[in-house]
Amino acid sequence: MAGALARVIQGTKSHLGLVGPLVNISNVPVRCQQTQAPPTKSQYGPLADSDRIFTNLYGRHDWRLKGALSRGDWYLTKDILLKGTDWIVNELKTSGLRGRGGAGFPTGMKWSFMNKPSDGRPKYLVVNADEGEPGTCKDREIMRHDPHKLVEGCLIAGRAMGACAAYIYIRGEFYNEASNLQVAIAEAYQAGLIGKNACGSGYDFDVFVHRGAGAYICGEETALIESIEGKQGKPRLKPPFPADVGLFGCPTTVNNVETIAVAPTICRRGGKWFASFGRPRNSGTKLFNISGHVNTPCTVEEEMSIPLKELIERHAGGVTGGWDNLLAIIPGGSSTPLIPKDVCTTAIMDFDGLVAAQTSLGTAAIIVMDKSTDIVKAIARLIMFYKHESCGQCTPCREGVSWMNKIIYRFVEGNASPKEIDMLWEISKQIEGHTICALGDGAAWPVQGLIRHFRPELERRMQEYAAANGPSKAERLY
Amino acid sequence: MLSSLRSGVLSTWRTSARALQTSSALQHDSLFVHRDTPEDNPNIPFEFSPANQKRVEALLAIYPEGHKRGAMIPLLDLAQRQNGGWLPISAMHKVAEVLNVPRMRVYEVATFYTMFIRRPIGKYHLQVCTTTPCWLRGSDAILKAIKDATGCEVGGNSACGKFSISEVECLGACVNAPMVQVNDDYYEDLTVDDAKEIVEKLKKDEKPKPGPRSGRFAAEPLGGLTSLTEEPTGPGYGLQDALKS
Repeated sequence: MAGALARVIQGTKSHLGLVGPLVNISNVPVRCQQTQAPPTKSQYGPLADSDRIFTNLYGRHDWRLKGALSRGDWYLTKDILLKGTDWIVNELKTSGLRGRGGAGFPTGMKWSFMNKPSDGRPKYLVVNADEGEPGTCKDREIMRHDPHKLVEGCLIAGRAMGACAAYIYIRGEFYNEASNLQVAIAEAYQAGLIGKNACGSGYDFDVFVHRGAGAYICGEETALIESIEGKQGKPRLKPPFPADVGLFGCPTTVNNVETIAVAPTICRRGGKWFASFGRPRNSGTKLFNISGHVNTPCTVEEEMSIPLKELIERHAGGVTGGWDNLLAIIPGGSSTPLIPKDVCTTAIMDFDGLVAAQTSLGTAAIIVMDKSTDIVKAIARLIMFYKHESCGQCTPCREGVSWMNKIIYRFVEGNASPKEIDMLWEISKQIEGHTICALGDGAAWPVQGLIRHFRPELERRMQEYAAANGPSKAERLY
Repeated sequence: MLSSLRSGVLSTWRTSARALQTSSALQHDSLFVHRDTPEDNPNIPFEFSPANQKRVEALLAIYPEGHKRGAMIPLLDLAQRQNGGWLPISAMHKVAEVLNVPRMRVYEVATFYTMFIRRPIGKYHLQVCTTTPCWLRGSDAILKAIKDATGCEVGGNSACGKFSISEVECLGACVNAPMVQVNDDYYEDLTVDDAKEIVEKLKKDEKPKPGPRSGRFAAEPLGGLTSLTEEPTGPGYGLQDALKS
């Protein structure tokens, strides 16, 4: 009932058409707690070292099989496999793990889709290691410093869905990372951990590495499948979903590297242990990348639901010039809308907390921008990225992102009409949701975030430009 | 006098009617079509070397029967490596022959992915990341330093033929920004001086040490760890009851 009440309040707000912050930030924790049982914790983070999953994140120890064994990888893997499909899927469901690649779909549920009665086709697990979202560099650390966690995760995930093989699609630029991963796979084959009768469990499972060739769009699951099949990486229309018709026409599940790599530890230490971190529905630990204008940029594993400010100050040495010098933060990789400083102060780093701040957790890649940043140029550069990476299949994205790119680069100088701000907003709304894959959405959201929070800055530049050069051409046209 | 009138009319025509006849300007992508040149035409033979022939077989083995086409990207990459970093049209034809697919299917793939370079390039391909996380930490200065040091423009080759520069999108090392990829290696946490030093070493055909330049090993915070300071836990730490025998 409390949940229903929260929805009513929300509904009233939008019906009243309140402009400005649609969701009051100070209400955020209350709203999220109403939909679930009250959390048992009120303090999130810092995580104890003994609760970190990626113990070799910084490459201080041996990444090869011997080192991995000493850190507890491949321990009792056979027992886990022999517990069977349902046990593994249940552990994952208990853990509340949500996909770490951006969309945050519950992993246990995703794996359970694969356990339909077999029609004789083989099943495949595909691991998405095509890490290309600007700001994101977490999977790289896993693959070069903890590759055995990923290989073991493939085996356990493969067992949970009855797959015969896993393809790890790694982006082509990660040559040295792919080579570490390949060494780890070869070691695992030699030790009988994968391959025929993997770990002595009677289950046959292969792991293959497939290197991509430089296309961001191949991070989309169906584009990735197309790419493994040796075609252009153009996303497929869904349905049929990959769980029905995926790689080589067979049932397939595509998971992010981090999702797969945490699975063995969840099985060993129990879903309940993993669920004890973070708020309900946002449980677990997560790798955060903190880049941009901070004193010590770093990748770090932390508890979910840690406040954004604490995360930056504890691990990244704070914003350059102090917290007051902060302008805005992109909290989840380039696709997510930016949030200005006052929102950052209270933002909580989990799925619900950032949705409440009108943005998204995405891949938890935090891009910090201080007051010296040309914010319009920063977003314009991201739009150029999307323009470059659009596969060209859907017209709204192919044409629309090019238009946005042209308009926003004029905004950088202010050579535009204030009316064009609404036009840009409209274009972004026309792209969003009208394309096969989410790249169009990802291109639209940064622009929307910019307009939502920095409209006065855009208008100021236009006034300055008009004062110096006379009315812009756009002003005369519209 | 007539001619001056004509040029006057033409110039007003040009400014008033927008872009009727112009094609879109190329930014940092290469041409999508193939033009025969002395270095790159279908008459130049291409064969995989004996060592690579073995790799071709190993690559084909990982795809199921009937779906050998999956090996397209790895084979094109292998051909490009054998050919000194760029992909001639005859290599594409060879891959089509190996995979038994129409040539068009290979052209489609080779033009779609940015890592396939269909023009002769220098021995060292310097790819400078200029996407926002790197740009925030000064990738523009790095790009300028590299352009000056090599005497080479973005998308072109240097006069000595040793260097090519590309401005590329995010290479996935944002925490170690700004960064440059030289062939297969990442050079991270760069300053302008580091960039110059790397180019100077490459000019002498020495290999600069890859990785971060700021003194850190990987993606940890510079100047002291904030996590993972204890020894990693061993096998069986925190094992759940269901697995205890």
